[in-house]
Amino acid sequence: MLCPPLSDSQRMANEFEYCTVASELGVREAVSRAIEHLKTLGLQEEQAGNVEIALSEAANNVVEHAYAGMLPGEVCITGRLLQGILSIEIRDEGAPLPSGKLPEGKPADLSCAFEDLPEGGFGWFLIRSLTETVDYDRIEGVNTLSLRFNLA
Amino acid sequence: MSLTSTVTDGTRIITVNAERIDAALAIQFKEDMRTETEAGPDHVILDLSSVNFIDSSGLGAIVAAMKQMGGHRNLDLAGLTPTVDKVFRLTRMDTVFNLFSSLEDAKAAIGN
Repeated sequence: MLCPPLSDSQRMANEFEYCTVASELGVREAVSRAIEHLKTLGLQEEQAGNVEIALSEAANNVVEHAYAGMLPGEVCITGRLLQGILSIEIRDEGAPLPSGKLPEGKPADLSCAFEDLPEGGFGWFLIRSLTETVDYDRIEGVNTLSLRFNLA
Repeated sequence: MSLTSTVTDGTRIITVNAERIDAALAIQFKEDMRTETEAGPDHVILDLSSVNFIDSSGLGAIVAAMKQMGGHRNLDLAGLTPTVDKVFRLTRMDTVFNLFSSLEDAKAAIGN
């Protein structure tokens, strides 16, 4: 099992963990719960919106890429807010990132003909734009993407 | 159906009846937009005032909705809430679409 649930007594108020089957609807619900939790910790609307965009992109990448072509497994979102620093980890047991590295996340090229305007490829650019740091690790078949936000 | 639509003074106004245009809704949204814009006025305003969140899939679906209308027609976006507005500005899609803070502003801009 990817994420043994913590009991309420083990988890501090400034920590959260939401696990879901890696589907679009599952991610929608888990991300929404994480954002609601963060709002109870005092995140302002704009900060919450920024975190929601980055987190949603990262978790949907798991659904669309890590578990592509296989039965969807689990994706877990854990977070901790400490002294204005929000650290979020997204874990899954799907395929590793191509060549084991984080994509560069360049902005999409819009200087093209109307019919060639991009309909995707914005995700990593948004993640990198909205986070302080992004790190990726794969240990014993588990992908961990770590997002860090400076909310101070 | 994620949308409702009316034609006023030669402009089609399409209202999104969803709080989120995300990966779970994007494909349905694009198909609903095709249904709503297949015929009718060349000028379409998409009212996003009920939408408080969009992700890159939703953004891509709005781009696709504009492309499937054809290059000679216009899709303007109205009523962007703060997080939706941010996604358009970060990705520079604010240079591709006309963005209006309210439906009234969007209508006024085309003389309705």
